[in-house]
Amino acid sequence: MSQKRHVLVAMSGGVDSSVAAALMLEEGFAVTGIMLNLWSDPTCETQNACCTPEAQRLAKTTANQLRIPFYVIDAKTIFYKEVVQYFVKSHEQGVTPNPCWVCNVKVKWNVLLEQLNYFAADFLATGHYAKLTQDKINIFHLCIAEDKKKDQSYVLSGLTQNELSRTIFPLGELTKNQVRENALHYGLDTAERHESQDLCFLGPKSPEQFLKELQVGDNREGDIVDSKGNILGRHDGLPSYTIGQRKGIKIAAAEPYYVIRKEVGTNKLIISHKSELGAKNFIVTNLNWILGREPEMPGTVQLQIRYHAKKVEATINRSKEGKIEVASSVLLRDITPGQIAVFYTGEEVVGSGIIQ
Amino acid sequence: MKPIYLDYAATTPMNHRVLESMLPFFEVQFGNPSSSHFFGQKGEGAVEDARVLISRALNCQPENIIFTSGGTESDNLALRGTSLFARRSKGANRILTTPVEHPAVANTVRQLYEVFGFEVDYLPVDSFGMVNPDDVKKNIKKDTALVSVIYANNEIGTINPINEIGAVCRSHGVPFHTDAVQAAAHLAIDTQAENIDLLTIGAHKFYGPKGVGALIKKPGIQLFPIQTGGSQEQGMRAGTHNVPYIVGLATALELAEKSFEKTESRIRELRDFLIVTILGQIPQVKLTGHPTQRLSNHASFILQGIDGNQLVIILDRAGFACSSGSACKTGNPKPSEVLKAIGVPDDLALGSLRLTLGNQTTKRELDSFVASLVEIVARLRKNRL
Repeated sequence: MSQKRHVLVAMSGGVDSSVAAALMLEEGFAVTGIMLNLWSDPTCETQNACCTPEAQRLAKTTANQLRIPFYVIDAKTIFYKEVVQYFVKSHEQGVTPNPCWVCNVKVKWNVLLEQLNYFAADFLATGHYAKLTQDKINIFHLCIAEDKKKDQSYVLSGLTQNELSRTIFPLGELTKNQVRENALHYGLDTAERHESQDLCFLGPKSPEQFLKELQVGDNREGDIVDSKGNILGRHDGLPSYTIGQRKGIKIAAAEPYYVIRKEVGTNKLIISHKSELGAKNFIVTNLNWILGREPEMPGTVQLQIRYHAKKVEATINRSKEGKIEVASSVLLRDITPGQIAVFYTGEEVVGSGIIQ
Repeated sequence: MKPIYLDYAATTPMNHRVLESMLPFFEVQFGNPSSSHFFGQKGEGAVEDARVLISRALNCQPENIIFTSGGTESDNLALRGTSLFARRSKGANRILTTPVEHPAVANTVRQLYEVFGFEVDYLPVDSFGMVNPDDVKKNIKKDTALVSVIYANNEIGTINPINEIGAVCRSHGVPFHTDAVQAAAHLAIDTQAENIDLLTIGAHKFYGPKGVGALIKKPGIQLFPIQTGGSQEQGMRAGTHNVPYIVGLATALELAEKSFEKTESRIRELRDFLIVTILGQIPQVKLTGHPTQRLSNHASFILQGIDGNQLVIILDRAGFACSSGSACKTGNPKPSEVLKAIGVPDDLALGSLRLTLGNQTTKRELDSFVASLVEIVARLRKNRL
């Protein structure tokens, strides 16, 4: 290899990571394509998962078109341990997991940076939509993508300075349309695939079906009660419900009911009307501050509590060791334990943590 | 830097003289050997000439050569064809083989067991993967339909005592098959002197084209065809002859046999240098397979604390093409059956590396390879999660 800087591009076979690879070549990097093999279950290989044989074939084809070497790296053991088991355990505990966020933090960047060391490569590039800038004192800032609709800073908010310092997001300044134009320009025949929406390891199964097959969680029927404890009906196992859910409760009422809480101990599903729903204050743990240190607190932030949810203004304040108290300016209906709260100031990600 | 190829056991670059011998049979002499007209006769002539060349190289009768699409098909034909025939003709219902066969044999045996109901007996192998002829004597039974023992192991290079094993089989009247796909590239094989009833070869291991091979069958050994259709190859292998490739197989084998004397000692010397250097310069590394009774071009190792597939990937990016031995490129780590059979623990077995040299390998290439290997192994060991 020459003196060119060497970048590993995480390729999924989709248009985004393919264009990311092409752009890195154009920038003059020596490029190597990498795909992680995270999960294999012959009964659930779907088109939208990112490491199926079909995705591998597509990524290989792209790599071949770009004349770059491409390798598949096995990461099934760590994925199972960090993501699937976490998913299962969360359901057992009655909290709603965020496997994609955990996968980025605990699996993808971990394994890919290990690969970076193995290859003695300089950078990792991915097809995520987010901006990454480096300031004068070499601190890296993670910001919302140019294409606000495609922005993925939420799922990247668990990354640390060490990880960000070795990462490049070549699509951060581009819109999805520009990415498509680039694909055409480079002659990449990455057919527009249905984008990943569901969890890659579920395949065609629903989360409930998946958990049932693994015989996980308390699938016993139980009482559905209102916030005052009145029994309104029966539920068919707590894992089937998520906080804020309206459909599928099957209780006739003039006003719709929403799931507000799951009580694992008593196997009760607590529901309520919209008027009673919502809260402003909650606790966040497992914090990751992007700049590597806590921001000044109390402080005002833009708060996002779900992927693609609207941001709302909130204040954050230091609570006990490792905990943050969040106070939203508006009533939030879907504060879901286990989900990720991400704090922004303007375009920039300040940090994130797990909602309790 | 030009990439350096150290995977000649996977395949070899075709000799230009082989290519030249093949070319007329694509466009000009394109006749179908089964046709009675003169076009066909010329094609048939080419196939028969090839047969004669091969019979000389392997000391067999020309009519005992069955052309196939390669080593795998030859193994399939030998195993399935002979076993099924022996069952029909004399009620033989057992297959005697080893746990260190190439998948072309191992998985055919598995199918004969799972689908066709044959009983399978496995011979023990020593820590080098070698079969003891006495064990063949002990394990051969009255109703053994076929014995199949690999000539030289593709993963660990060990050469088996084929003529002694063949002698045991012959004294018991049981057909003996050997997969010589690797061996034929490095050893002058004499099917008669070595008591071989059925011998598998494939052209692309000795600088011939991919997609052509042969099964050599001693007269009197009877088998069912496994590909049925026309009466080509005395009804043993239906399908229009692949004339240019058959010609290529014969040319390649002839050239290989002629050059053994010159090339083998040069390659063996380079290989020995490679083994000594690697064992000397890298800590916690072990040679797998027999130290001397092994293919002249073959060096195989296990490296502690290394994932062989990962090592092969990093070496590739650094400009060296090698194999982890188990030929796995989809990122699905499973310890090799061969290494398991010779008693290598699973975690160590994942750290396998196979280096196979060839005509174009030079000392300078190996120097540069070893220097990179030392650095890369250290890097991989240091950066493990």
